[in-house]
Parts: sequence; structure tokens; C-alpha cells
Amino acid sequence: MAAEAPPAIVARGLSKRFGALTAVDALDLTVQRAEVYGFLGPNGSGKSTTIRMLCGLLAPSAGKIEVLGCTLPKDAEALKRRIGYMTQKFSLYDDLSVRENLDFLAALHSIKPAAARARIDELYRQYRLGELADRLAGTLSGGQRQRLALAGAVLHRPELLLLDEPTSAVDPQSRREFWDALFDLAEAGATLLVSTHLMDEAERCHRLAILDHGRLVANGTPQALMQALPGSTLSIECPQPRRAQALLERLPQVLGVAQIGTRLRVLAAHGEERALDTALRDAGMEARITPVAANLEDVFVAATHRLRQENGG
Amino acid sequence: MNFARLLAVARKELLQLRRDRLSFGMIVGVPTVELLLFGFAINLDVRHLPAAVLDQANTQESRELVAELASSQVLDLRKHLVAPQEVAALLRRGEISAAVVIPPDFEERLQRGDRPAWQVVVDGSDQSVQAAARQLASFPLATLRNGASAAGNEVEIVNFYNPERKASINTVPGLVGVILTMTMVLFTAMAVVRERERGNLEMLIATPLSPLELTLGKVLPYVGIGLLQVTLILLLGGLVFGVPVRGSLLDVYLAALAFIAASLTLGIFISTVARNQFQAMQLTMFSFLPQVLLSGFMFPFQGMPRQAQWLSELFPLTHFVRLIRAIMLRSASLSEMWPELLPLFAFTALMLSIAVARTKKQLV
Repeated sequence: MAAEAPPAIVARGLSKRFGALTAVDALDLTVQRAEVYGFLGPNGSGKSTTIRMLCGLLAPSAGKIEVLGCTLPKDAEALKRRIGYMTQKFSLYDDLSVRENLDFLAALHSIKPAAARARIDELYRQYRLGELADRLAGTLSGGQRQRLALAGAVLHRPELLLLDEPTSAVDPQSRREFWDALFDLAEAGATLLVSTHLMDEAERCHRLAILDHGRLVANGTPQALMQALPGSTLSIECPQPRRAQALLERLPQVLGVAQIGTRLRVLAAHGEERALDTALRDAGMEARITPVAANLEDVFVAATHRLRQENGG
Repeated sequence: MNFARLLAVARKELLQLRRDRLSFGMIVGVPTVELLLFGFAINLDVRHLPAAVLDQANTQESRELVAELASSQVLDLRKHLVAPQEVAALLRRGEISAAVVIPPDFEERLQRGDRPAWQVVVDGSDQSVQAAARQLASFPLATLRNGASAAGNEVEIVNFYNPERKASINTVPGLVGVILTMTMVLFTAMAVVRERERGNLEMLIATPLSPLELTLGKVLPYVGIGLLQVTLILLLGGLVFGVPVRGSLLDVYLAALAFIAASLTLGIFISTVARNQFQAMQLTMFSFLPQVLLSGFMFPFQGMPRQAQWLSELFPLTHFVRLIRAIMLRSASLSEMWPELLPLFAFTALMLSIAVARTKKQLV
């Protein structure tokens, strides 16, 4: 069914400028229905700005957006009934209880009292909020607050849910639970767009867009992105990892180096193992180089490295 | 515009207000404290001014005059001097605020009536003392003139509406306006800015709630609170200071409603300019002071320079002070006071349209 349905989000040439700063630069994006689509990028890469434009909160400087068949920003008001938005910062009321927050949201979405009652009870069960119903939101823990925020965002059963770094303030256990909840929603037919700067979260998405400095630098399924990696990932063991790292970073074949414990994880152009080995030996360092499986971080490093080179770096 | 959504916002606002103990206390605390402070402290009929007497005539008439002045209680004649230089010294040191000087030829002057028979020397650096001196100057000296010129150039002041010359009669109605200005503008400005500062606004814009529904919903509870404060001031004013409501009570509330609307829209306007609650507070104070000083609440409107008068005509408080004094003290009806009511409506309409235009801009 998902194959025939039109995409949930289509954006072409989407740009947003704030004065001299270009926050989002000519972004092309297609998100299919009922998928969990990830936005991966460092802080300031334009993730939040893009999400705000896709919600209709922010008018784009240029480009076309169609969300759930609505053209933005023209149909923003009609769209607001059909989307849910979970902000980066907790944006429900700290001085209202869990129940009062949800009641308020139900009223804003014009849900009839009886239906609202039933829906909120359902959300209490789903997100384990029942025993917290009379607690003020400001006194909840990070994980509890996040469950409340999610409940608030899906209260009106939106077709599309946009989440801006939803797990930035919660512990790993809560994050795992949270992602399970997101997949439940996708299975029930909702489309989800989640921004994150965490690799393990990005890896869980059905499809992924990597953003850097407001530009889309790669997109596809996590597996496809890893396969299409324009280099190979090597693990290098040597006695002086800090010195070796400094040396490797200067080599043109090397796209990125990171120290993991006592080893170095190096992303280099294909078939350059020997050249790296020679370079280290010439500097008097004995090294053992073994190829390892690529991960999303390597994809991210490679994609952002290419962009910097194009920019004349 | 969806009324149910507007009410949902109003309900939420009341819930939050109930949890905010300090603000909740302010709703009742501010009017009570202000009323008592202003009612007791602002007292324009000065009594018991420390004063001295320099009686150079020392005749029966002059002693009668001194006795009569003493019985008026305006002056507290605590020192009897012999040398004119002492007057200046005592005034300079602040030991006395006024001195009664009776020249040696007092009786002769009194008989001829061509020159002032006696003098009151006052510390003119204090305005309230000056006012008291003017009061003394019209002191009825009929007994001293043996009835000869008694009816002639004597000016009789007939005091309507406030025969006991109690300042609180005049202060309390104006205070309704001052308290409403302070609480209404501040509460609204803070409430709207708080929503933005805490990040709630971003969540709200993603819902079907419109900016107008949000704004009106947020200020609706404060209309009720404003009327509550009016009631409190009227009750306390009546019980503690005996301030009457001579006109129709309905007119008082209708006038208050028009003024509350004007103050709330000013608060909304401030909220569109201020970036955080601190700025909202500063801007409120910035708008509050000129209103209070120029409205005629503290200083007589007629005494102000022309430019200040023009400026004060722009303020809602100026018109409200006139309205409420007219209705409460002179039993005027609202319908005959429409020239003061219209500026309030105009102010409300202007502020609201600016605020709505600015809010739209911010949300896109």
C-alpha cells in the first residue's frame, strides 16, 4: 500500500536564509508514507530549521514544499490538524499536570470531551503516564517528560509526526523505549521524521538524510549509504596513537581519523592500506592495519569531508 | 475564530495562575496595600505644620489672631519669637515650615485696610506647605475687622462633593485606575511573553490555535481579575475611607471595563515588543510612570504645561480618572461622559490592531 500512496513530504530546492546566514541551502527531500526518516547532522546543520519549514512554522526563502498533499506555506493551517510536532526543548507547561496538559491539547484540536477522555486513557496506558496523571510536568524526569511530549504530539492521531532531536535529554534505557514507540507509530501507518545527531539512532531509521551546513550531503537507507561509502574503514593498532593520528590526518588519501580506545579508526580511499603503512613506517611507527566493517559515522565523515573539499578546504 | 479553543486557553491560564502563588497574591495584595498607602499617605490638606509666631504688635487683636490661627490646627505654633532674624534661621534649619509675622503697626494696617495686615512666611520649597499657606491667606478675619468690611472682599469658598475636604475622596476613585494600569498591563505583558520565553509558543503554533484565539484567551481571565480588583477597591474605599459611589454602580463597572480593555491591549502590545519577562516589566514601568504622573491623579491637570496636557490626553488613565471621579463623586452618568469614553475605545482599537499585525509577523 505504501508503494502507491503519494509521498508524505516532497521538498524541492528548499532554502532558508536569516540575513547573511544560509541555514538551509537548496534541499531536495522525499519522504515516503509510513517510514521513519532520519535527519542526521551536527548542531547548526539546518535540521531544526528544515523541520520548522516542513511544519509550516517558518516560511521558506525559496523552494517548494508539499506535505501530505498540502502546499506550504499556503495550506499551513489545514496541515496543522494532520501533523504532530515534538519540539527539541520540552514545550508543554511545567506548571500544569500531565492530565491538564493533555486536556488542553485535546481542546486545541477540538476533540470532543468523551473522545478526548478515551484517547487520553489510551495514551496513559501506551506511554505509562497513568500513575503520573496528577503530577506537574515540571517535576517529571527526562524520560517521563519525553513520553508526555510524545503523547501530546500524537494525541490527535497525526498522519505525520516531526520530532526535533527528541532524545537529547534522556538516558539510554528511555531512548530505547522511545524508539520502540516510534516504530509502533510507523507500523500503525504514521510517517515519522526524526532529527538526531546520534549515529545509533540514525542507523535505526528506514531512510536517512545527512545534513551539513544546510546542505543535503547524502541520503538513502543506512545500508545503502554504508555500501556506497567512497573509501574503506581501517583499524590501526600502533604504540603511539596520538602521533600516528597527527601524521595520518595530513595524508591526502585519509578522509577521517578517530581514536577508539587504543586503536585508530581511519577512513581512507579504497586500496590505500599499503601507502598508509609505508607512511607510518617512514615515521618510525610500527603499525598493524586491518580492514573493518563501515558504520554510519564513516558515511557521515566521508560525506562532510567531501563537502569541505568542494568548498575549497 | 473558535470560541472553544479560546476558552481552553483561558482555562489553562487560570490553572497556571492558581499555581503561581505570588501572582495570585498580588491580585488581592496590590490593590489592598496601594489603597491603604495612598489613602492614608496622600493627604493634601496639611495640618499641624511646625510654625513660629513673631508678634511685634503684641496687642489684644494680634493675640486674638494668634489664638484663632492656633485653633485652626493648620499651624502648630510651637515657638514665639522676638527677633525677625530668628524666622529665617528656623526656616533654614527646617525646624519650622511657616512663620506668622505680625508687624508693630498691625492695628493701624487693619483699620486702614490698604496694606496686608500680617504675613505668613513659608518654606516654599515644599508645595504642600505653599498650598497650606494659600489656605491661611483666605483665613476669615471677620472678627478682627469689627464687621466693617466683613461682607466686602471676603471670598467664600463653597466646597461641593467633598465638604470635609478629605483627600481620600479624590484619591480612591483615581486609585482604581492606577491599580488597574499597574496590574492589567503587567499581567498581560508577562503572560504572553512567558509563553514565548518558555518555548510553549513553538508547540502552540503547530496546533490549529490561531494567534488571535491565543491572545484573547490569555487576557480573558484578566478582565475578570480586573473587575474583581475594582470591587475590592470600592469596598475597601467605602469601608475604610468612606468614599461613596454616588453615580450608578453599573456605570462604574462599564467604565472600568472600557479601561481594562485599553490596559490589556497596551499589555499585549508590550508583549509583542519585549523579548523576555524582564523587558516586559521594564516597558510596563516605562508606560506606567508618565500615565500616573500626568493623568491628573497625582498632580492637578490644570497645573501642567500645555505640552504635558496634550501628551496626557493620549493616555487611557487620564480619561479614566476623569470618568471615574465624575461617576463616583459627582454622580455623572456614563452617557454624558462619552467624550472621555471615546478615547478609551480608540486607544483599545489602535493597540489591538498594532499587536495583531505584529503577532502575525512573528509567527510566520
